[in-house]
Amino acid sequence: MNGRKSFGGGGGRGKTSSSSQQQGKDQQRRPMFRRRKVCKFCSDKIDDINYKDVKLLMPFVPERAKVLPRRISGTCAPHQRKLRTAIMRARQLALIPYTTE
Amino acid sequence: MKRTYELVYVVSPDANDEQVADLHTQVDAIVQRMGGQIEKTDNWGRRKLAYEIGRHKEGTYVLEVIKGDGDLMKEIDRRLRVTDLVIRHLTVRVDEEQAVVERTKGKRTENSRRRRLARGLPADRQPGEGQRGEPDDDRDDRFDLGAEEIR
Repeated sequence: MNGRKSFGGGGGRGKTSSSSQQQGKDQQRRPMFRRRKVCKFCSDKIDDINYKDVKLLMPFVPERAKVLPRRISGTCAPHQRKLRTAIMRARQLALIPYTTE
Repeated sequence: MKRTYELVYVVSPDANDEQVADLHTQVDAIVQRMGGQIEKTDNWGRRKLAYEIGRHKEGTYVLEVIKGDGDLMKEIDRRLRVTDLVIRHLTVRVDEEQAVVERTKGKRTENSRRRRLARGLPADRQPGEGQRGEPDDDRDDRFDLGAEEIR
Protein backbone atom coordinates (compact mmCIF):
# COMPACT_ATOMS: atom_id res chain seq x y z
CA MET A 1 0.00 0.00 0.00
CA ASN A 2 2.61 2.47 0.91
CA GLY A 3 5.49 0.70 -0.79
CA ARG A 4 6.12 3.30 -3.43
CA LYS A 5 8.45 6.17 -2.85
CA SER A 6 5.70 8.40 -1.61
CA PHE A 7 6.39 11.14 0.79
CA GLY A 8 3.37 10.20 2.78
CA GLY A 9 1.38 13.16 1.58
CA GLY A 10 -1.30 12.69 4.15
CA GLY A 11 1.17 13.01 7.00
CA GLY A 12 0.34 11.11 10.14
CA ARG A 13 -2.63 9.06 9.15
CA GLY A 14 -1.42 6.14 11.14
CA LYS A 15 -1.98 2.89 9.24
CA THR A 16 1.52 2.39 7.84
CA SER A 17 2.96 0.67 10.88
CA SER A 18 2.51 -2.96 9.74
CA SER A 19 3.91 -2.47 6.24
CA SER A 20 6.85 -0.42 7.44
CA GLN A 21 7.91 -3.25 9.71
CA GLN A 22 8.05 -5.69 6.82
CA GLN A 23 9.92 -3.40 4.50
CA GLY A 24 11.99 -1.74 7.16
CA LYS A 25 15.32 -3.08 5.95
CA ASP A 26 15.47 -1.96 2.34
CA GLN A 27 13.60 1.24 2.88
CA GLN A 28 14.55 4.21 4.92
CA ARG A 29 12.39 4.47 7.95
CA ARG A 30 9.93 7.27 7.62
CA PRO A 31 8.59 9.14 10.56
CA MET A 32 5.36 7.37 11.28
CA PHE A 33 3.73 10.33 12.83
CA ARG A 34 3.93 13.86 11.65
CA ARG A 35 2.23 16.54 13.61
CA ARG A 36 -0.38 18.37 11.67
CA LYS A 37 0.59 21.98 11.10
CA VAL A 38 -1.85 24.71 11.96
CA CYS A 39 -1.84 28.39 11.24
CA LYS A 40 -0.62 30.23 14.33
CA PHE A 41 -2.67 33.31 13.54
CA CYS A 42 -5.88 31.36 13.05
CA SER A 43 -5.50 29.33 16.20
CA ASP A 44 -4.42 32.27 18.36
CA LYS A 45 -7.06 34.50 16.74
CA ILE A 46 -4.60 37.21 15.84
CA ASP A 47 -6.43 39.33 13.30
CA ASP A 48 -4.01 42.15 13.02
CA ILE A 49 -0.49 41.22 11.94
CA ASN A 50 1.26 44.44 12.71
CA TYR A 51 4.67 45.50 11.45
CA LYS A 52 5.46 47.09 14.81
CA ASP A 53 5.09 43.83 16.67
CA VAL A 54 8.59 42.48 16.27
CA LYS A 55 8.07 39.77 18.84
CA LEU A 56 5.26 38.29 16.79
CA LEU A 57 7.20 38.45 13.52
CA MET A 58 10.58 37.19 14.64
CA PRO A 59 9.69 33.46 14.71
CA PHE A 60 8.84 33.75 11.00
CA VAL A 61 12.20 35.24 10.10
CA PRO A 62 14.78 32.52 10.76
CA GLU A 63 18.56 32.88 10.83
CA ARG A 64 19.15 33.97 7.27
CA ALA A 65 16.40 36.56 7.74
CA LYS A 66 14.27 35.15 4.94
CA VAL A 67 10.54 34.83 5.34
CA LEU A 68 9.68 31.36 6.59
CA PRO A 69 7.74 29.55 3.84
CA ARG A 70 4.22 28.40 4.35
CA ARG A 71 5.04 24.75 3.83
CA ILE A 72 7.20 24.88 6.96
CA SER A 73 5.30 27.21 9.24
CA GLY A 74 1.86 25.97 8.24
CA THR A 75 0.45 29.49 8.07
CA CYS A 76 -2.68 29.80 5.98
CA ALA A 77 -2.58 31.77 2.74
CA PRO A 78 -4.38 34.96 3.81
CA HIS A 79 -2.29 35.22 6.95
CA GLN A 80 0.93 34.50 5.11
CA ARG A 81 0.19 37.42 2.80
CA LYS A 82 -0.40 39.72 5.75
CA LEU A 83 2.69 38.40 7.46
CA ARG A 84 4.75 39.12 4.38
CA THR A 85 3.66 42.76 4.16
CA ALA A 86 4.25 43.18 7.87
CA ILE A 87 7.77 41.78 7.59
CA MET A 88 8.56 43.98 4.61
CA ARG A 89 7.39 47.06 6.45
CA ALA A 90 9.36 46.16 9.54
CA ARG A 91 12.43 45.71 7.37
CA GLN A 92 12.13 49.20 6.00
CA LEU A 93 12.25 50.56 9.50
CA ALA A 94 15.24 48.40 10.42
CA LEU A 95 13.22 46.50 13.01
CA ILE A 96 13.98 43.23 11.19
CA PRO A 97 17.09 42.57 9.10
CA TYR A 98 17.00 42.00 5.34
CA THR A 99 19.85 39.59 5.63
CA THR A 100 22.51 38.49 8.06
CA GLU A 101 26.07 39.20 7.16
CA MET B 1 -11.51 62.99 2.99
CA LYS B 2 -10.28 62.03 6.43
CA ARG B 3 -8.10 59.00 6.67
CA THR B 4 -5.98 57.56 9.42
CA TYR B 5 -2.30 57.11 8.89
CA GLU B 6 0.52 55.81 10.97
CA LEU B 7 3.83 57.51 10.63
CA VAL B 8 7.00 56.07 12.11
CA TYR B 9 10.26 57.91 11.78
CA VAL B 10 13.70 57.02 12.96
CA VAL B 11 15.77 59.88 14.27
CA SER B 12 19.54 59.75 14.15
CA PRO B 13 21.17 58.79 17.46
CA ASP B 14 23.20 62.00 17.40
CA ALA B 15 20.06 64.00 18.08
CA ASN B 16 19.28 64.92 21.68
CA ASP B 17 15.84 64.81 23.25
CA GLU B 18 15.26 68.43 22.48
CA GLN B 19 15.78 67.92 18.78
CA VAL B 20 13.44 64.93 18.80
CA ALA B 21 10.79 67.02 20.51
CA ASP B 22 11.44 69.80 18.03
CA LEU B 23 10.86 67.40 15.16
CA HIS B 24 7.55 66.43 16.69
CA THR B 25 6.43 70.04 16.88
CA GLN B 26 7.43 70.51 13.24
CA VAL B 27 5.27 67.56 12.21
CA ASP B 28 2.49 68.86 14.43
CA ALA B 29 2.69 72.28 12.78
CA ILE B 30 2.27 70.78 9.33
CA VAL B 31 -0.66 68.68 10.50
CA GLN B 32 -2.34 71.72 12.07
CA ARG B 33 -1.76 73.84 8.99
CA MET B 34 -3.22 71.26 6.61
CA GLY B 35 -6.32 70.67 8.73
CA GLY B 36 -5.54 67.30 10.26
CA GLN B 37 -4.99 66.17 13.80
CA ILE B 38 -2.56 63.99 15.66
CA GLU B 39 -4.38 61.26 17.54
CA LYS B 40 -1.48 59.65 19.31
CA THR B 41 2.23 60.11 19.71
CA ASP B 42 4.45 57.39 20.99
CA ASN B 43 8.17 57.64 21.52
CA TRP B 44 9.67 54.18 21.55
CA GLY B 45 13.00 55.52 22.67
CA ARG B 46 16.37 54.45 21.44
CA ARG B 47 16.54 51.06 19.76
CA LYS B 48 19.23 49.10 18.03
CA LEU B 49 18.77 48.98 14.27
CA ALA B 50 18.57 45.58 12.60
CA TYR B 51 21.12 46.77 10.05
CA GLU B 52 23.30 49.81 9.66
CA ILE B 53 21.78 52.81 7.97
CA GLY B 54 24.59 55.00 6.75
CA ARG B 55 26.95 54.79 9.68
CA HIS B 56 24.27 54.57 12.35
CA LYS B 57 23.72 51.49 14.46
CA GLU B 58 20.84 52.73 16.55
CA GLY B 59 18.08 55.26 16.36
CA THR B 60 15.17 56.86 18.18
CA TYR B 61 11.79 55.67 16.97
CA VAL B 62 8.73 57.91 17.09
CA LEU B 63 5.23 56.81 16.12
CA GLU B 64 2.48 59.25 15.26
CA VAL B 65 -1.09 58.37 14.43
CA ILE B 66 -2.40 61.12 12.20
CA LYS B 67 -5.86 61.84 10.89
CA GLY B 68 -5.88 63.77 7.66
CA ASP B 69 -5.90 63.50 3.91
CA GLY B 70 -3.38 62.35 1.37
CA ASP B 71 -1.96 65.77 0.58
CA LEU B 72 -1.05 66.23 4.21
CA MET B 73 0.89 62.99 4.28
CA LYS B 74 2.58 63.89 1.03
CA GLU B 75 3.79 67.13 2.55
CA ILE B 76 5.03 65.40 5.70
CA ASP B 77 6.77 62.79 3.60
CA ARG B 78 8.50 65.51 1.59
CA ARG B 79 9.59 67.35 4.71
CA LEU B 80 10.95 64.26 6.42
CA ARG B 81 12.82 63.33 3.28
CA VAL B 82 14.81 66.55 3.34
CA THR B 83 15.40 66.49 7.09
CA ASP B 84 18.88 65.14 7.70
CA LEU B 85 18.11 64.16 11.26
CA VAL B 86 15.51 61.61 10.16
CA ILE B 87 17.27 58.58 8.80
CA ARG B 88 14.21 56.52 7.90
CA HIS B 89 10.48 57.03 7.87
CA LEU B 90 7.39 55.04 6.89
CA THR B 91 3.77 56.01 6.40
CA VAL B 92 1.03 53.40 6.42
CA ARG B 93 -2.67 53.92 5.95
CA VAL B 94 -4.45 52.00 8.68
CA ASP B 95 -8.14 52.90 8.75
CA GLU B 96 -9.32 50.32 6.23
CA GLU B 97 -7.34 47.53 7.82
CA GLN B 98 -8.63 48.47 11.26
CA ALA B 99 -12.21 48.37 10.05
CA VAL B 100 -11.69 44.86 8.69
CA VAL B 101 -10.08 43.70 11.91
CA GLU B 102 -12.90 45.10 13.97
CA ARG B 103 -15.48 43.47 11.75
CA THR B 104 -13.89 40.02 12.02
CA LYS B 105 -13.54 40.44 15.76
CA GLY B 106 -17.16 41.44 16.12
CA LYS B 107 -18.28 38.55 13.97
CA ARG B 108 -16.26 36.12 16.03
CA THR B 109 -17.63 37.19 19.40
CA GLU B 110 -21.13 37.27 17.97
CA ASN B 111 -20.75 33.73 16.67
CA SER B 112 -19.35 32.47 19.92
CA ARG B 113 -22.15 34.05 21.91
CA ARG B 114 -24.72 32.52 19.64
CA ARG B 115 -23.15 29.09 19.88
CA ARG B 116 -22.89 29.30 23.64
CA LEU B 117 -26.53 30.28 23.95
CA ALA B 118 -27.50 27.37 21.71
CA ARG B 119 -25.68 25.08 24.10
CA GLY B 120 -27.57 26.56 27.00
CA LEU B 121 -24.64 28.46 28.46
CA PRO B 122 -24.45 32.11 29.42
CA ALA B 123 -23.35 34.22 26.46
CA ASP B 124 -20.06 35.37 27.90
CA ARG B 125 -17.32 33.23 29.23
CA GLN B 126 -17.43 32.90 33.00
CA PRO B 127 -14.32 33.40 35.12
CA GLY B 128 -12.40 30.18 35.57
CA GLU B 129 -13.81 28.70 32.39
CA GLY B 130 -11.83 27.81 29.32
CA GLN B 131 -8.43 26.27 28.94
CA ARG B 132 -6.07 26.48 31.83
CA GLY B 133 -2.81 28.27 31.35
CA GLU B 134 -4.28 30.53 28.75
CA PRO B 135 -1.96 33.52 28.75
CA ASP B 136 -3.32 36.94 29.42
CA ASP B 137 -2.84 39.48 26.73
CA ASP B 138 0.77 40.44 27.25
CA ARG B 139 1.51 41.18 23.64
CA ASP B 140 2.09 44.82 24.24
CA ASP B 141 5.41 44.28 25.96
CA ARG B 142 7.10 44.11 22.60
CA PHE B 143 9.66 46.74 23.40
CA ASP B 144 10.79 45.76 26.84
CA LEU B 145 13.77 43.59 26.20
CA GLY B 146 14.20 42.27 29.72
CA ALA B 147 10.92 40.35 29.74
CA GLU B 148 12.58 36.96 29.23
CA GLU B 149 14.77 37.34 32.27
CA ILE B 150 11.92 38.27 34.58
CA ARG B 151 9.82 35.24 33.69
